[in-house]
Amino acid sequence: MFDPVKIKAQHVDFFYGNQQALKDISMDIDVGRVTAIIGPSGCGKSTFIRLLNRMNDLVAHTVLRGHIYLEGQDIFSPAVDPVEIRRRVGMVFQKPNPFPKSIFENIAYGLEVNGYRDRDVIEERVVMSLKKAALWEEVKERLRDSALKLSGGQQQRLCIARCLAVAPEVLLFDEPCASLDPISTAKIEELILELKKDYTIAIVTHNMQQAARVSDRTAFFLLGELVEMGETQHIFTAPKDKRTEAYITGRFG
Amino acid sequence: MRKIKEFVIEKLILLSGLASIFFVILIFLFLLKEGLALFKITSPFDFLFGKSWYPISEPPQLGILPLILGSLLVTVGAAVISVPIGVGCAVYIAEVAPLKIREVLKAGIELLAAIPSVVLGFIGMVTLVPLVKNVFHLPTGLTALSGSIMLAFMAMPTIVSIAEDALYSVPKTYKEGAFALGATHWQTIWRVMLPAASSGILAAVMLGIGRVIGETMAVMMITGNAAVIPHSILVPVRTLTATIAAEMGEAVVGSEHYFALFAIGIVLFVISFAINVTADLCLHKKQS
Ligand SMILES: Nc1ncnc2c1ncn2[C@@H]1O[C@H](COP(=O)(O)OP(=O)(O)OP(=O)(O)O)[C@@H](O)[C@H]1O
Ligand SMILES: [Mg+2]
Repeated sequence: MFDPVKIKAQHVDFFYGNQQALKDISMDIDVGRVTAIIGPSGCGKSTFIRLLNRMNDLVAHTVLRGHIYLEGQDIFSPAVDPVEIRRRVGMVFQKPNPFPKSIFENIAYGLEVNGYRDRDVIEERVVMSLKKAALWEEVKERLRDSALKLSGGQQQRLCIARCLAVAPEVLLFDEPCASLDPISTAKIEELILELKKDYTIAIVTHNMQQAARVSDRTAFFLLGELVEMGETQHIFTAPKDKRTEAYITGRFG
Repeated sequence: MRKIKEFVIEKLILLSGLASIFFVILIFLFLLKEGLALFKITSPFDFLFGKSWYPISEPPQLGILPLILGSLLVTVGAAVISVPIGVGCAVYIAEVAPLKIREVLKAGIELLAAIPSVVLGFIGMVTLVPLVKNVFHLPTGLTALSGSIMLAFMAMPTIVSIAEDALYSVPKTYKEGAFALGATHWQTIWRVMLPAASSGILAAVMLGIGRVIGETMAVMMITGNAAVIPHSILVPVRTLTATIAAEMGEAVVGSEHYFALFAIGIVLFVISFAINVTADLCLHKKQS
């Protein structure tokens, strides 16, 4: 039977120390669609998507209650290897974070840690993922240059390419355009629409238009709670909750 | 009133700054004056590459090659031991250790740094020297190896604390980036953290070695002090520093021997200076 739900969160509470950042979040992320997460600063958007690939394991003194399932498997069960989860669920961060290595090595690194050994295969996948991330034309002459010499927008596309190279099933974007100019932003949005064909995507954004443009479904977070979730069209035209309406029309937040 | 106070304090600080520079220059000039005097009698080549050091024979033979090799052997030995252990320890403290163990380890390493070298030398003499003697069935345990092990202990605190700092200041985003690609913790440390911290770690190593090469007391006590060209790490050696410390008291002021000891001082100075400059360059490269 075809299951449209890729990731399912059930009654998730999350604490940093004794400060509660998420309160009873339950939501589904559908396979092959783009889910946008919106909400004012500090409402727990990053915290939530960082749970989906167990990135918050890196933060000390945190407590999680509830369950998150990836294709029905509880990703926090003790039997699950977080490394395995992160291979299936890739992530692109708010601030581009290429490694201080060459453009080529930035992508090759991910492949090598995922067990690729054959140089030809690695080279082929580097080229392929740069093309997919719409960066190939700009960097094909200088693959051996340091990635830190690229512009912010190029760095972010490199981070996307790096992520695509290892072929995850899900892509998480945490405000991927926050530090980019409008042209780079447009490129990345185009890219997301393109990637939608092959991946399940969740994107955190502060930009309402961006959420409206790229997403199929939208979730609105407020103070650690999920206020409302639905088809993007509905959320932006006929929100059920007064608070959602206030937020998307810019009357608070 | 307040202005006068400010003025006086400012000038005092300036004065103490100038004084320290003045003394450094003074010491350096004195060293040069006394040391270079040797080269009126012996050529620099014979001094640096002469194979025998018999300062009180007639005429004196003042070749310091055995001493340079002695210092080199002990230092390289100490580096081979202390660098992997020190960097490993830094990785453990910075990345792996639970918070409590981390605190304990850091305190322990500070303690190690606080032990006077003569005490370490003494402990080495009664524990390490017999051990080396028995393990390798040697006529004496006073060897380059014993010196290297002892000096490794002295270099370790410097290496660990500076390398740990370097690892700690690697941006967290690199680690997150690697983890998000499905790298294991070890793959992240080995391929991302260590390369990103490499210049700081190199500086840590250089400063550790700098400490070792200038060390005198402990090496004098446990390396056996035989001024012959060493052919293995299991024989007694004599270092540059130990030679100065041991012989300065008996050298006749104004004799060739006396000048030669100062010339050794210049050699040591140049080596330490080169090491410190290298370490500095590494640290600056990291910042830019
Ligand atoms: N590492 C952390 N340690 C302690 N508290 C944290 C940590 N990260 C986030 N928090 C807290 O958790 C709450 C939610 O933060 P989160 O980063 O998830 O918000 P956000 O919705 O992503 O905000 P923004 O839009 O500004 O990125 C905030 O109150 C924040 O202070
Ligand atoms: Mg955030």
